[in-house]
Amino acid sequence: MSAATVAPSGRLGLMYDRARWAVLDALTITGRDLTIWRRVPAFLVFTLVQPVMFTLLFRYVFGGAIPTDTPGGYVNYLMPGVIVQTAAFGSFGTAIALSREVQKGVLDRFRSMPMARSAVLAGRLTADTARMLVTILVIVGAGYAVGFRFSYGVGPAIAMIVISLLFGLAVCCVSAYIGLAIKDEESVQAFGLIWVFPLTFVSSAFVPIQTMPGWLQAFANNQPVSIVINTVRYLAIGPTRGATSLNPHLWQSLVWIAAILAVFGVLAVRAYRRTG
Amino acid sequence: MTASPDAPAILVEGVRKSFGDVHALRGIDLAVPRGTVLGVLGPNGAGKTTAVKILTTLLHPDAGRAVIEGYDVVRDADAVRRRIGLAGQSAAIQEELTGRENLRIIGRLHHLGRAVARAQADDLLARFDLEDAADRAAKTYSGGMVRRLDLAASLVGSPSVLFLDEPTTGLDPRSRLGMWAIIRELVSGGTTLLLTTQYLDEADELADEIVVIDRGQVIAAGTAAQLKDRVGGDVLEFTVPDRARIADAVAAVAPLGEAEPQTDEASGRVTVGVGARSSVSLIEAVRRLDTAGVATDGLAVRRPSLDDVFLAVTGHAAEDEASPPPGRRARGRRAPAEDEGGRR
Repeated sequence: MSAATVAPSGRLGLMYDRARWAVLDALTITGRDLTIWRRVPAFLVFTLVQPVMFTLLFRYVFGGAIPTDTPGGYVNYLMPGVIVQTAAFGSFGTAIALSREVQKGVLDRFRSMPMARSAVLAGRLTADTARMLVTILVIVGAGYAVGFRFSYGVGPAIAMIVISLLFGLAVCCVSAYIGLAIKDEESVQAFGLIWVFPLTFVSSAFVPIQTMPGWLQAFANNQPVSIVINTVRYLAIGPTRGATSLNPHLWQSLVWIAAILAVFGVLAVRAYRRTG
Repeated sequence: MTASPDAPAILVEGVRKSFGDVHALRGIDLAVPRGTVLGVLGPNGAGKTTAVKILTTLLHPDAGRAVIEGYDVVRDADAVRRRIGLAGQSAAIQEELTGRENLRIIGRLHHLGRAVARAQADDLLARFDLEDAADRAAKTYSGGMVRRLDLAASLVGSPSVLFLDEPTTGLDPRSRLGMWAIIRELVSGGTTLLLTTQYLDEADELADEIVVIDRGQVIAAGTAAQLKDRVGGDVLEFTVPDRARIADAVAAVAPLGEAEPQTDEASGRVTVGVGARSSVSLIEAVRRLDTAGVATDGLAVRRPSLDDVFLAVTGHAAEDEASPPPGRRARGRRAPAEDEGGRR
C-alpha cells in the first residue's frame, strides 16, 4: 500500500487519480455551497439586493453632492466602485459559512473522510467566485438602468469584470482565513466585515480622493482597494482627465491581488488543517 | 502493512496530547477487538473528544501511536479515513439541505460514484426511519432526527470502525432509547464501535468493555459488571440533615454494604454499594436508621452512576473540568483546549 511498492507508472496513475479527485471533490463542495446559497433568502438578499440598494442610494441620494468630472456623470464614476466594494463585501459569506462549519463539526467530518484535503477551500472559493460573478452582473444591469455605460469597449469591460472577480477571490481568501481562525460564527458576524468598511470607503470608490483631508489622502491613494478601483474604472470608462493611463494601476493591482492570494491562501490552508 | 485478522481494530499505545500547558491526554492505552464496542466513559473535559479526534486523524498525537485496522493514524491517515466513520458531539449536518442531499454529498465525497451514493442514501434513510422527511430541509428536523441523520452520515461508505462522540448527549429520554436501539442494531452487523459517553447506563447498555477516563488518563477498565462491582452494585443513598449524626448513620448502614460507605461532609450525603440486594437493603436501612434514631432525607436505592464509579475509583466526584462559560457551552462545539481542559 505504501508509495514504495507502487511501480513508477502506477505512481503516475496515482497522481492523476489524486488530481482528478481533487477537482471532483471541489466541484461537489461547490455544488453544495451554491445549493445552500439558493436556499437561504438572506444570502440572496445580501448578495443581490444590497448592492442594488447601494447603487440607487449613491446614484440618487449622495450622487448629486459629489463633484466629479467623469464623462457620463457621477454614475460612471460610481459603478466601478460599487462593483469592487460588492466583491469585497461578498467575502463575508465565506467567513460566516466556514466558521459555522467549524462550529458544527462539518469540517471535522470532512477531514475524517478520504476526500481531497484541498476540496473544502477550493470548492468554497469556486462557489463564492461564481456567486460574485452573478452579483456583479446584477449590479452592471442595475447600473445600466440608472445611466451607467461601459464606454471603453467590450474587451476592457470583460477585463474589468475579471479583475473585480480576482480581487474578490483574494478578499475571500482573507475571509476564509478569518472564518477558520476565529471559528465562532457570532464573532465572525461582528468582526468579519468590519475591516472591509474603512478599506472600501476610504478609497476612490465613491468620492474623489482629493476631497478628503490630506492625512487621509496618503492612505486612500496607496491602499489596494483604491488601486483596484482605479484600474477597474479605467477599464470601464476609458481615460479621463484624472486618469490618463492604465499604468501603473493595472500592474499594481495584479501584484496586490497575487500577494493577498499567496499570503492568505497559505494561511487559510494552514488554518483549515488545524481546525481539529 | 495489513493487520492480521485477530489484531485489534483499534490500538492505542501511550498517546499523549497537550494544548499549550493543558494536558488533555497523558498516556492512554486502548485495544478494541474487531466487532466489539468500547465505551469510553468520563466527565466533560476528561479527554474523550481529544482521543476521538486523534483516532479519526483530526489531531496528531504528541507522543505514542494509534493504529486503526493496522494503519497508523498519522502515517497512513488516508487508509484510516477509508475505514472509519465519525459522528461528533454536534450534528455535522447542513441544515439548509435535505436529509437525502446531505447523505448523497457525503457519499460523493467518499468517492462512491453517483449511483452507489444515491442507493446508500436511500438505504440509510430507510434504516434510520427518515424516509418521510428525506426531502425536507434538515433544519425542520427534531433533535432526534438530526442525530439519526448525523449517525447515518457517519455510516456512508460502510466504515468498519465507527466513532461516536457522545451520541445521545442533549437528547430527550425517548430519542435516547431510540438511538440505543439503532446503535445496538448497527454493531450486530460486526462494526467495531468506540463510543464516548458521560453516562454509565449508556456504556452499560451498549458497550462490551468500558474504560473510564479522568484527567487524560485511563483510571479503570473492564466490563460494566466489573466496574459496578467496584462500586458494590446498586447504590443506597440518603442525606443526613444533621451533619453531627453522619457518623452514626454510616455505622448503622455499613453492615449492609458490599463496599465502604462514602460520605460527603458538605452535603451530608451518604452512599453505600449494596450489590443486587437492593429492596432488602432498603428495608433494612430504614429499620437500622430508625433504630439508631438518625433522621434522613431522600433515602433510596438506585443503579450506580458514573459518579459512583468515580468516587469508588478515584475518591473524588466526577466534575466537569475547565467548563467554558455557559453562554459558549450552549452553542455546542468548543475549541479543543476548552473542551479537553485536563487538570495539570
